[in-house]
Amino acid sequence: MALLETKNLGISFGGLRAVNAFDISVEKGELYGLIGPNGAGKTTIFNLLTGVYQPDEGAILLDGVNLTGKKTIDICKAGIARTFQNIRLFGDMPVLDNVKAGLHNHYPYSTFEGILRLPRYHKVEKEMNGKAMELLKVFGLEEYADYKAENLPYGQQRKLEIARAMATEPKLLLLDEPAAGMNPNETKELMDTIRFVRDHFDMTILLIEHDMKLVAGICEKLTVLNFGQVLAQGETQEVLNNPEVITAYLGA
Amino acid sequence: MSFAAHLINGISLGSVYALIALGYTMVYGIAKMLNFAHGDVIMIGGYVTFVAVSNMGINPLAAIIISMAVCTVLGVTIERVAYRPLRGASPLAVLITAIGVSYLLQNVALLVFGSDTKAFTNVVTLPNLELFDGQLVIKSVTIVTVIVNIIIMAGLSLFVKKTKIGRAMTAVSEDKGAAQLMGINVNGTIAVTFAIGSSLAAIAGVLLCSAYPALTPYTGSMPGIKAFVAAVFGGIGSIPGAFIGGILLGVIENLSKAYISSQLSDAIVFSILIIVLLVKPTGLLGKKIQEKV
Amino acid sequence: MKTKAGGISKTTMNDLITYGMVILAYIVVQLLVKTGHVSSLIQGLLVPFCTYVIVAIALNLTVGILGELSLGHAGFMCVGAFSSAVFSLAFKDAIPGGLRFFLALLIGAAAAALVGFLVGIPVLRLRGDYLAIVTLAFGEIIKNIINALYLGVDSKGIHFTMKDALSLNMEEDGLMLIKGAQGVTGTPNDSSFTVGIILILITLFIVLNFIHSRTGRAVMSIRDNRIAAESVGINVTKYKLIAFTLSASLAGVAGVLYAHNLSTLNALPKNFGYNMSILILVFVVLGGIGNIRGSIIAAVLLTLLPEVLRGLSDYRMLIYAIVLIIMMIFNWSPNAIFFRKRLKQRLTPGSRKKEA
Repeated sequence: MALLETKNLGISFGGLRAVNAFDISVEKGELYGLIGPNGAGKTTIFNLLTGVYQPDEGAILLDGVNLTGKKTIDICKAGIARTFQNIRLFGDMPVLDNVKAGLHNHYPYSTFEGILRLPRYHKVEKEMNGKAMELLKVFGLEEYADYKAENLPYGQQRKLEIARAMATEPKLLLLDEPAAGMNPNETKELMDTIRFVRDHFDMTILLIEHDMKLVAGICEKLTVLNFGQVLAQGETQEVLNNPEVITAYLGA
Repeated sequence: MSFAAHLINGISLGSVYALIALGYTMVYGIAKMLNFAHGDVIMIGGYVTFVAVSNMGINPLAAIIISMAVCTVLGVTIERVAYRPLRGASPLAVLITAIGVSYLLQNVALLVFGSDTKAFTNVVTLPNLELFDGQLVIKSVTIVTVIVNIIIMAGLSLFVKKTKIGRAMTAVSEDKGAAQLMGINVNGTIAVTFAIGSSLAAIAGVLLCSAYPALTPYTGSMPGIKAFVAAVFGGIGSIPGAFIGGILLGVIENLSKAYISSQLSDAIVFSILIIVLLVKPTGLLGKKIQEKV
Repeated sequence: MKTKAGGISKTTMNDLITYGMVILAYIVVQLLVKTGHVSSLIQGLLVPFCTYVIVAIALNLTVGILGELSLGHAGFMCVGAFSSAVFSLAFKDAIPGGLRFFLALLIGAAAAALVGFLVGIPVLRLRGDYLAIVTLAFGEIIKNIINALYLGVDSKGIHFTMKDALSLNMEEDGLMLIKGAQGVTGTPNDSSFTVGIILILITLFIVLNFIHSRTGRAVMSIRDNRIAAESVGINVTKYKLIAFTLSASLAGVAGVLYAHNLSTLNALPKNFGYNMSILILVFVVLGGIGNIRGSIIAAVLLTLLPEVLRGLSDYRMLIYAIVLIIMMIFNWSPNAIFFRKRLKQRLTPGSRKKEA
């Protein structure tokens, strides 16, 4: 059974059909790419998958559990985490606390225990700090733990967003244009990071990307989207050689 | 008959709220900021007219034009000095600055004009309308305010739809960034919006003080807040919404003063705001805005 | 955060400095009072100082940590003040002073929390500007209602009306608790500077620990980016409500302190109207939004200065207004922020920021 499956997903904004009859099936452990020209509906699909928008029709299944119509926080708890095209960090908070916010639901204690600093506060905070530092180390960010997130260099901000998403212990990670605004060196480093995340955490990753080199380099499968419709789907090389895909990218 | 009289008093008050609300809703609709100082620009408009008419003996109509000119300059200056540097900052920062500007205007007026109440001379010298042998009197200032409201409303709607600047305003209200890319001068457009809003404030100030002739540095503050409530009530950003909201609010306030309790009328007005926002956060005629992710 | 300085983290150190500052101020003031260096005018201001400090800390929790603007904190103060004053007056002879004041504090805090919670449910779903105007409206509603309220107690139980004192139909033995616009008279004078300082320390303890807890982090993450906070599974409405309710209840505590310092308590525009709410906001902005220690210093300085510089009193509000505007532009204008960042980058080599 596929980890993520959508069936006939669709949404309209006013008269515009942003996504139509979208089917995808992502297997566990896969690195899957979602590509397409600007305005094809890629980010809209991420927003549908994470409950930011509710679909007009169709269904979303994660590990066989129906997530259609669920709220963002419940979808997060069910195991989908994401990053954003325009980085959304908690800018005024330290890097470490950004990751700790991601750990929120896995390390609970009450507000009351927090204010009175009861023993559970000290115990859980210690565990949280350990776990968060561990994640920062994985992404090579441990030296920045005290920095305000907004003061991080751009590439590191992208990594921190992935680290924060990983802190929610997802089954599926959605990356929205992780290489946007990066230079070739940073992109290469990012490709290594994404591969590492997949191998190290045994993670399933669905990513939106414009950078063809990155897509061709790391994705095993691709779905190409054009005007809200699936144009092609399958193994990466096969899809990239598809004449229709080439026209969509170069012709239109 | 007393109900009709209360109703008419309500419309009289409401028409002033409506006039103030028009200025609020324009600035909010286009610059997306709550110009807390709008009520205080009204107060300044009142003082300028007062000084011109009572101290300098200028013809009331000329005084109104002077007042409009002063308020326009004031509004544009406030926008340039206090609000423009904060374009793109958090709404919280802009709002706090606007509160600061409101306080600044009040305290400047306090220093210049003193805290004593000035008796404003009604500039509307037309005779009152008497119905049913004088049992029901409609003040001429009420009639003038309602007519002025309708003229301004129609004028604003036409201006926004038909002129180049008006269409630029619509574009800026939809998306500042995109408007900029289309070659629209965003700062200029917002400055024009403030100019129009502030000149309306001057008219509102004159009519407010004509209907309720006690002028102090705090005259504009409560009507300003209530007019904002009216704008929210009618649907912020909507020109007819501001008018309907203003009239309804004035009527509700006066009827609750007459039939429930004069002390609780403000409480009732504000409770209505809370209920409206609870049931229909976009107000009567407002439209929903979806946040981009 | 993790920078250890002799086993104590930087934030803990910062908090300790704040507590220490309050305690030191207390000792210095007590010494000055004992040696007769404090005029009776200033002595009379000591409890109001503490009131302002507490409510400024409470408002900073809403503005700085939650990132929402409340113009109704004077209203929450008002709820705390009147609920506790009524309680203390009713049980003036029945319960001994210390215990009575403790219970009054709990009642004032709980009443303000309850009102904050009820206001927060509809309001916190709204955008920032609406929140400001609705909290302002709410503060005015509270003030209006209290000015119209008559409350009394006699052998037959509790009476209340919104009309006039006669409509209460009280027995001979009855005790008037709230007399409409005349307010509450005869509240026991349980507040003192020492009590005020203790309450400041308790408020600080609650707020600082709150900020550095899991809940505080959730609240700040919502402030920094609501959509991202939701995406990591943080319940936005719940945490906004928790922070707002806590903030309201602490404003209520300030109200309790205020009420028990006066023999007559009225709900006037100058103590519980929106002008007061805005004055508290001025404390918060001048002290630095989100900076708890700054709020304390600003509240004390801005209350003290006009008393010391009597000649400036006409210009006091004018100066506040100008300083408020300049502070906001300097701290929040994108150009000013960009300029400060550039300056910082010049000074710290190796950190390069790329434009998106």
